[in-house]
Amino acid sequence: MRPRAGRPSHIPGFRAGRQAHGIAHSLRMWTELLARLLGRPVRGRLVPHPARLGPPKIDVFRVGHRFANRVVALRDVNVAVHSGEFVCLVGPSGCGKTTLLYALAGHIAPSGGRISVDGVQVTGPGPDRLLVFQEPALFPWLTVRQNLVFALRSRGLGRAEADARAREYVHLVHLDGFEDTLPHQLSGGMRMRVQLARALAMDPAVLLMDEPFAALDAQTRSHMHELLQRIWTRDRKTVVFVTHDVREALVLGDRVVVMAARPGRVLHDLEVHLPRPRDPDDPALVEMSRLVREELRRAERAAAEAAAPGEAPDATRPPDDGAPRRSAPALGAPL
Amino acid sequence: MTASVGRLAADGRLGAATARSLGRLVQGYGISAALGVPLGIAMARSLLVQRALRPAVLGLQALPSICWLPLAVLWFGLSETAILFVVVMGSLLAVAIATEDGVSGIDPVLLRAAGTLGIHGPRFVAGVLLPAALPGILTGLKLGWSFAWRALMAGELLFVAGGLGQLLSQGRELLDAAQVMGVMLCIVAIGVAVDQVLFRLLEVRIRRRWGLVEVS
Ligand SMILES: Nc1ncnc2c1ncn2[C@@H]1O[C@H](COP(=O)(O)OP(=O)(O)OP(=O)(O)O)[C@@H](O)[C@H]1O
Ligand SMILES: [Mg+2]
Repeated sequence: MRPRAGRPSHIPGFRAGRQAHGIAHSLRMWTELLARLLGRPVRGRLVPHPARLGPPKIDVFRVGHRFANRVVALRDVNVAVHSGEFVCLVGPSGCGKTTLLYALAGHIAPSGGRISVDGVQVTGPGPDRLLVFQEPALFPWLTVRQNLVFALRSRGLGRAEADARAREYVHLVHLDGFEDTLPHQLSGGMRMRVQLARALAMDPAVLLMDEPFAALDAQTRSHMHELLQRIWTRDRKTVVFVTHDVREALVLGDRVVVMAARPGRVLHDLEVHLPRPRDPDDPALVEMSRLVREELRRAERAAAEAAAPGEAPDATRPPDDGAPRRSAPALGAPL
Repeated sequence: MTASVGRLAADGRLGAATARSLGRLVQGYGISAALGVPLGIAMARSLLVQRALRPAVLGLQALPSICWLPLAVLWFGLSETAILFVVVMGSLLAVAIATEDGVSGIDPVLLRAAGTLGIHGPRFVAGVLLPAALPGILTGLKLGWSFAWRALMAGELLFVAGGLGQLLSQGRELLDAAQVMGVMLCIVAIGVAVDQVLFRLLEVRIRRRWGLVEVS
């Protein structure tokens, strides 16, 4: 993806350079500056994700999934997430984001392909991964604090320790004063924050999050973004974060994986080059989100045409569905 | 009728009979609940147990509990055990079936949440499965209670064993309709008290805590 020419304020090098943290940043700054001086087109900040060396933390290899009702939720999905990366999945409703996350968490076994974490195939839920569900998923008979304490105690924490930790994380999600409230007495957004607190308090190496902030107002959401990023940078967690909201993905992610529906598949795997902390109203970010959304719309149109009667190429697809196919998806194709 | 109930109460026979019946009930019902709940959980959670036991449980459930009496007498003689056996068989299956329904009806997302949080074993059963199914289990316990109460009365009527049932048949032998009706009234009162007061209270409490009713 390329930013429009003639908008020097969008040139990544300058911004990145101001807050460069390491050699990589300054290197990038200089090459981009050089490229600009030599009159070559400047690469945008949203670039195809290059394959990285070294074993990934999470390896999704040619994963397909077909439900019992023959709905193909995923087809030939390949994603490699390295340790410490923050990867956002965006895509239209029903494109298989939750299905993919469930497969990563070990709640469903994909009907094709292989998912491994640290080189070990995923066969069920494990203590290294924790899924934050799209629903609040709290135990309704336990109060907010008890929900956290119960989970923490099952990790072997002592009563006092679990209690202190629960209090700390309830505070972090701005729910002080609600410790002894039952879940059904909270609003939807508050329940999601309790679930977030429970997940963060459990301190897993891999956090899988399914639209955790969809029910929050902009203000609270940005607080939660800050919290999540603070914990992510502090503890070097690996995060796979699902969202409908492209801007949210661009604010949070090192990478944005764009998915399309029917069948669920990966359209693009993009690296986000923007210094942190990011501002959702930064014009560069807004422009990037516009381009991604345009891409999503294009995919949707193509799917609608494909589904139209008379020219249904969907019907000509091999019926193997979940099974891996040879052709790789358009990973890394420039937008 | 009031006079005859008063007479029974005054000479302590009513109290003793009630205590005797309730003692048996608590024992028999306790056994049913203690066996029925785990059996129901096992049927809901294990395909093997379900395949093996479900047809038998459903089939035997159709059998009126008093039909167990001849077998009970053959096995245990005219004893306390025989009556307990009838009470247990009368309520156990109802408790098991309702528990199974309750456990199968648990919101799958709660089970997944427990899985992702790494809650296993006894902590999972006691901390997630049981409380999540509790509203359903309570329905089963309530049903089991009324079945147990009926089975007990039927058992006590059929042979001399003390208890309210025996007071009833005594009234019949003495051709004292007032006593019969008075004792019947006591039986109804106890049944209703437990059902409408104890269980109702528990049910309301649980449903409120679980967020299953509007709290105004
Ligand atoms: N248990 C199931 N049985 C059959 N089909 C299912 C099941 N769960 C999901 N699907 C189908 O799989 C597809 C992907 O569903 P999924 O929940 O993964 O979508 P999603 O991307 O998470 O959507 P949303 O953004 O709305 O949450 C949908 O078409 C849905 O109809
Ligand atoms: Mg979803």
